[in-house]
Amino acid sequence: MADTREVISSGNHLAALAGADAGCRFMAGYPITPSSEVIEQMSDLLPKRGGSCIQMEDEIAAVAAAIGAGMAGHRTMTATSGPGISLKAENLGLAQMCEVPLVVVNVMRGGPSTGLPTRVSQGDVRQAKNPSHGDYRSITLCAGNLAECYTETVRAFNLADRFMQPVFVLLDETIGHMHGKAIIPTPEAVTAGVVPRKQFTGAPEDYHPYECESDQPAVLNKMFEGYRYHFTGLHHDKNGFPTEEIETCRKLIQRLEDKVMLHTDELELNEEFMLDDMTGEEGEVLIIAYGSVSLSAKEAIRHLRAAGIKAGLFRPLTLWPSPEKSIKKYTDLIKNVLCVELNIRQYTEEVERVSSRLDIEGLFKVNGRPISPYEIVSKVKEVF
Amino acid sequence: MAFNYDQYLRLEKMPTLWCWGCGDGVILKAFIRAIEKMGVKQDDVCVVSGIGCSGRFSSYVDFNTVHTTHGRTVAFATGIKMMHPDKIVVCVAGDGDALAIGGNHTIHGARRNIDMTLIIINNFIYGLTNSQTSPTTPQGMWTVTQKVGNIDPTFDACALGIASGASFVARETMLDPKKLEKIFVKAMEHRGFSFLDILSNCHINLGRKNKMVSAMDNLNWIDSITMPVKKYNELPEEEKLNILPTGILKEDTKVREYCDMYQDIIDAHQGKRSNITQDDFEKKI
Repeated sequence: MADTREVISSGNHLAALAGADAGCRFMAGYPITPSSEVIEQMSDLLPKRGGSCIQMEDEIAAVAAAIGAGMAGHRTMTATSGPGISLKAENLGLAQMCEVPLVVVNVMRGGPSTGLPTRVSQGDVRQAKNPSHGDYRSITLCAGNLAECYTETVRAFNLADRFMQPVFVLLDETIGHMHGKAIIPTPEAVTAGVVPRKQFTGAPEDYHPYECESDQPAVLNKMFEGYRYHFTGLHHDKNGFPTEEIETCRKLIQRLEDKVMLHTDELELNEEFMLDDMTGEEGEVLIIAYGSVSLSAKEAIRHLRAAGIKAGLFRPLTLWPSPEKSIKKYTDLIKNVLCVELNIRQYTEEVERVSSRLDIEGLFKVNGRPISPYEIVSKVKEVF
Repeated sequence: MAFNYDQYLRLEKMPTLWCWGCGDGVILKAFIRAIEKMGVKQDDVCVVSGIGCSGRFSSYVDFNTVHTTHGRTVAFATGIKMMHPDKIVVCVAGDGDALAIGGNHTIHGARRNIDMTLIIINNFIYGLTNSQTSPTTPQGMWTVTQKVGNIDPTFDACALGIASGASFVARETMLDPKKLEKIFVKAMEHRGFSFLDILSNCHINLGRKNKMVSAMDNLNWIDSITMPVKKYNELPEEEKLNILPTGILKEDTKVREYCDMYQDIIDAHQGKRSNITQDDFEKKI
């Protein structure tokens, strides 16, 4: 196909390449396993394209500098792992409040705390939903194979500019360090798909960055171009200035909620693997998994089907906000549901909430090792 | 004719939330006069502030303005400056902001010598939160967190700036607005990290229990602990102990600025020059 190319690379390198191809021109980071390869790669890619990549003094500074570049109007990113997200949390809240687009790649490792730095986990899924205090809706994408490390990062940049807020791309150590062939879009195809963030073009005195429809994001013009306004983490008015006016405060926070939750159709992306022949009859098995675990799940499903068990996979690529209708559709149809995660119940609880079912089975692993297809097959045979 | 500040102020935001007699307003006015004197366009200036009374500075002046999180001013400004090396980036922070919670960013911004001016409005106390000990609170003074007297050693901000590698380091007080204006011009015109320790009063939250209940009492105290650097250098060592020198304490115009050096990285990656070596720098290890 003309719009794709074949590359041999790793997940972390593909996330970096995606950023560079998607027009990211600034990255700030701090060394942390297992994500360091992202900034290592960007430190070559960005200056080659006239951009800047800086290793900051700590995780907090890294996200701050990235947000600063975003405030100035540029596509910008940072990459880290769980402990880094914990440190970045406050400034991620500022970016949510100020509505600054930013892509945050989180290559998940075992937690809590320093945890298992070189081993795989999906322990940051809950954290990605609410990394900091206050009300807002986090957008979180999750790559399940090498090619998606590229395509989901590209999608994250476009969504960040559309929704004017940070977007997480969750990789995990397995995917981030996986090395192999991937078929990814050409840079031209990526460029063609870029929708730059909205800019106001009228007279500066008519420009009110935060005066927008109740379900739309702020329109933040580039800095130094004649539209002077204010960024603040305080509740703010239509021009970005601090206010405590009751109705303005309410509207602002409600808008942060509604700009995402009333447009989840633009965010939802799922893979439905061997689900099209599901009819709701007895014995059918629905597996819900995401990220690298889904690779094992697919292999398990092939084995289960060979053994006469009709199993299929539902895999959300957008974890937050969760694909409520799709989850509900399949959990209503299929009785036997197994969530497979490299954490304890972090997404299973969301499936329970959405499906209103408390009989969801789970296969959880938190020892830093991947889940094998065999474990999934055994679990299905054991519980259903 | 009296100077007209209106063009540079967001008049609809007045009055400020600063207390009567606060030095922040004097510093703000001196800053505006410095900008006017330099003849730069308001669109070409970005003012980034942190959290605290000084944090509100950015919302009162009509430039591109950013009110960030506590202590992170220099880090945010680094991202802005890296993408716009030709613009004027000014950081405004308090003593708690720049020297406590944000100390790391102050150190490393100075170390990189990235072209920005850090104005530390140093009032020796956490004012906005009502009188907690700051890194510059003199030992023995009353604070709400040390009601029998502060035991924490006092921080010399400029010593930190010099040691960290800032290429321009100066201290002034709000007692002399003319000097303030001049130092702001020099700092902003200097290509590199300009580190300014600007001493100011907080008679409300520092003064109230430390026998400086009026702004004048507080200012007289600042006057008593400061001395022009030339005079200071002539003092015997033991008398220097409790005096803070004012004026330009360091000015290095030879050390290279970070964005300029980063351009070398871009050029090297694009094959326009060879890899960077120690010969590219004034200072050699």
